[in-house]
Amino acid sequence: MLRRFLTFLACAALASIASAEETPVTHFTLDNGLELVVVEDHRAPVVQHMIWYRVGAADEPPGASGVAHFLEHLMFKGTENMEAGEFSRVVAENGGRDNAFTSYDYTAYFQRVAADRLGLMMQMEADRMRNLALTEDDVLTERDVILEERSQRTDSNPRALFGEQMNATMFMNHGYSVPVIGWRHEMETLDMEDVTSFYRTHYGPNNAVLVVSGDVVPDEVLALAQEYYGPIPAKTDLPERTRTQEPPHLAPRRLTLADPRVSQPYVSRSYLAPERNSGDQREAAALELLAEVLGGGVTSVLRDRLQFETQEALWVGAFYNGMSLDQTSFGLVIVPAQGVSLEEAEAALDREIATFLETGVDPEQLDRIKLLYRASQIYARDDVDGIARRYGQAMTTGLAVEDVQAWPDIVQSITGEEIVAAARKVLRADTSVTGWLTSPDQEES
Amino acid sequence: MLRRFVAAIALIWSSASLALAEVEIQEITTPGGITAWLVEDHSIPFTALELVFRGGTSLDQPGKRGATNLMMGLLEEGAGDRDARAYARRLEELAASISYDASDDELSISAQFLTENRDEVLPLLADTIHRPRFDQDALDRVRAQVISGLQSDQNDPNELASAALSLGAHGDHPYGSDGSGTVDSVSALTRDDIIAAHQGGLAMDRLYVGAVGDITPEDLAVLLDTLLADLPETGALMPDDAPVNISGGVTVVDFDTPQSVALFGHEGIMRDDPDFFAAFILNHIMGGGGFSSRLMQEVREKRGLTYGINTFLVPKDHAALYLGSVATGNDRMAETVEVVRGIWTDLAENGVTQEELNAAKTYLTGAYPLRFDGNAPIARIMVGMQVTGLPVDYIATRNDKINAVTLDEVNAVARRLLQPEKLHFYIAGRPEGLETTN
Repeated sequence: MLRRFLTFLACAALASIASAEETPVTHFTLDNGLELVVVEDHRAPVVQHMIWYRVGAADEPPGASGVAHFLEHLMFKGTENMEAGEFSRVVAENGGRDNAFTSYDYTAYFQRVAADRLGLMMQMEADRMRNLALTEDDVLTERDVILEERSQRTDSNPRALFGEQMNATMFMNHGYSVPVIGWRHEMETLDMEDVTSFYRTHYGPNNAVLVVSGDVVPDEVLALAQEYYGPIPAKTDLPERTRTQEPPHLAPRRLTLADPRVSQPYVSRSYLAPERNSGDQREAAALELLAEVLGGGVTSVLRDRLQFETQEALWVGAFYNGMSLDQTSFGLVIVPAQGVSLEEAEAALDREIATFLETGVDPEQLDRIKLLYRASQIYARDDVDGIARRYGQAMTTGLAVEDVQAWPDIVQSITGEEIVAAARKVLRADTSVTGWLTSPDQEES
Repeated sequence: MLRRFVAAIALIWSSASLALAEVEIQEITTPGGITAWLVEDHSIPFTALELVFRGGTSLDQPGKRGATNLMMGLLEEGAGDRDARAYARRLEELAASISYDASDDELSISAQFLTENRDEVLPLLADTIHRPRFDQDALDRVRAQVISGLQSDQNDPNELASAALSLGAHGDHPYGSDGSGTVDSVSALTRDDIIAAHQGGLAMDRLYVGAVGDITPEDLAVLLDTLLADLPETGALMPDDAPVNISGGVTVVDFDTPQSVALFGHEGIMRDDPDFFAAFILNHIMGGGGFSSRLMQEVREKRGLTYGINTFLVPKDHAALYLGSVATGNDRMAETVEVVRGIWTDLAENGVTQEELNAAKTYLTGAYPLRFDGNAPIARIMVGMQVTGLPVDYIATRNDKINAVTLDEVNAVARRLLQPEKLHFYIAGRPEGLETTN
């Protein structure tokens, strides 16, 4: 009795705190179409300047896989006004650090510096938005670098190779089937023409979101953005962002990757799943909670059953990321305990999912998960750059500022029935891929 | 898909004397005699608490390798009158997080809790420190997870190169082997071994405390005395200093993979050495500082031989190494080794330029405040300062120390630290044209 009472008190107090103090977020749009989001945190005189382009690996032309990421590397070479490597050198000389990343739906570049250097960062970032000037030598040398990157991050890692095969099987017609780093045989042929064409087609102010976080005042950031980014004309020939979509999935698919470097075999299961859409996020919120209910923490359903009760699993987890422009996937992984075969592990996973669909969500567990969500909003205020990344990711995957701000309340309003309904809709064999990662000797035995 | 190879991040700070004015450290001593460093910041209603115990996995007794690591993994698997699941459920109900880590020289417990739940979290934290249950079923479950990880390490080129280096450099000393143990040693550990590791590892004579966030010095003192006063005064004896047996050459660990991984280096420099700051700057120029470093320029930017190459000073409590790492195709490792040796020799003989030194100082001083970006990172930095023996006002003086280093000092330390004839490459893979020397 007492424990329940304390929990109730905690919920009440948390709810009031979370709504009383929010991190201030301001949104502007420049005349040339550049969107600007400012996230304020005045605890330290530091700023993070990020530009997010609404283009990623899933926007690549056929046969040029990896070009979005390749271009991201080459953006650190010269422009008409700066020599190769000067960008990062100037950031470092100002005590800052910079980097960039590419995903399916976006390409982002960021610098973290003392707050009074924001103008300089904007000047350089605006410059390379339209003035990139590459040499043949830049392109050939950097192509070797990305091939080594693929060797290091993917080819040297059987788990990464397995993930690549799972994705390629999950998506039958969409660009999400192609790895962001690219297929090696296509990466080897990428050239100056591929890169500059991609750059000219997609990089411009009306295809970008600028996210500035830290010790800044929104109006001052707007003035700086107008000064540096404002003069860049909008791209009038920006193509509409349409992609080939998935047909109905009618048949379960299976694959086995046997690699001698695998010591710990496991089973991975993916289901085609809806993503978060602007003004329509309830189902995605239910799926996010479903991932927590099934495989989030130590007390989640699959962990409780398979790691603690039956001890068939060494580890088990569930994954869902709704921030995706097009359909995404819901994932489950089970690492079998010693002496449990992959076949038995897969059967155990299916058995527990079936039981869950019968019994539904434990209300106490759902309360705990929602409480943790509210608390995470408090902890998140300690990482303002994390909040900034969330806005950048949302606004390049089809969501608006209002969708990000509505999300916490939507999550809190989801019922156990909605979670089970979403589970019944998504966890269907017909839309699934089941993969076994194993080693050749284990496969034979 | 980060563009950059993520290096072991260099230390750092900026033009911003203002930046660090924000980080005001109070040193407190509790009525119970515990010293702690505190940064009070009431803007967000939670506290990050960092407890570090010096000693780490190097305290493992002979034949019990992996006991300390497994013990730390078990602290969250049930304590007091709660078993593993009940304990986890209670932590969730309080929206608190506690994480545990074990390294060669340190054990750490990192907690974050909301102000409104502080009084309820405290007994949970006390249970995990003083009354872990070490239930046999939890022990067996976590042991299986550790063993699975160790088996995977045997097929990971990074781990293979690292194991070859540790064994070659330090032999029988605990630094010579993985703190997680071996499949055999971990399989043989008993509950008594875990209890012994707990008693030897967590003690008052090796404790360092940092706290940041929504808590007053008075409240922190009460919390710490309640939490820690019952710790034993002393723990296990610290290990002896470790030998560093690295002489020039190549060690190849055969592994079937298209891309080789190399760890390279030789003896390093201790943290309390008067030349440490000069060495720190030298390392930044050599391979510690992103794209502008000599190694990144020559190996990646000019030749496209790798996705990333970096170097790092490794000043541990009982030995110091100076190391670097790089991965490249088997057909290009020999060329990479040659380029690295050349740069090592060049810097040892000719030193760095004034321009490089100036750029390194601007970066290192400018980037320092960027590290203080959240309650938990600041708590960890403060504990690190205490463990290293730095004064409470160090943050304010640190950039002056960097700026005071002269070109002559950096080049003197380059001649002393860099020993091209002792540089050894530990390579996992099938590098063409390279084989194990002597």
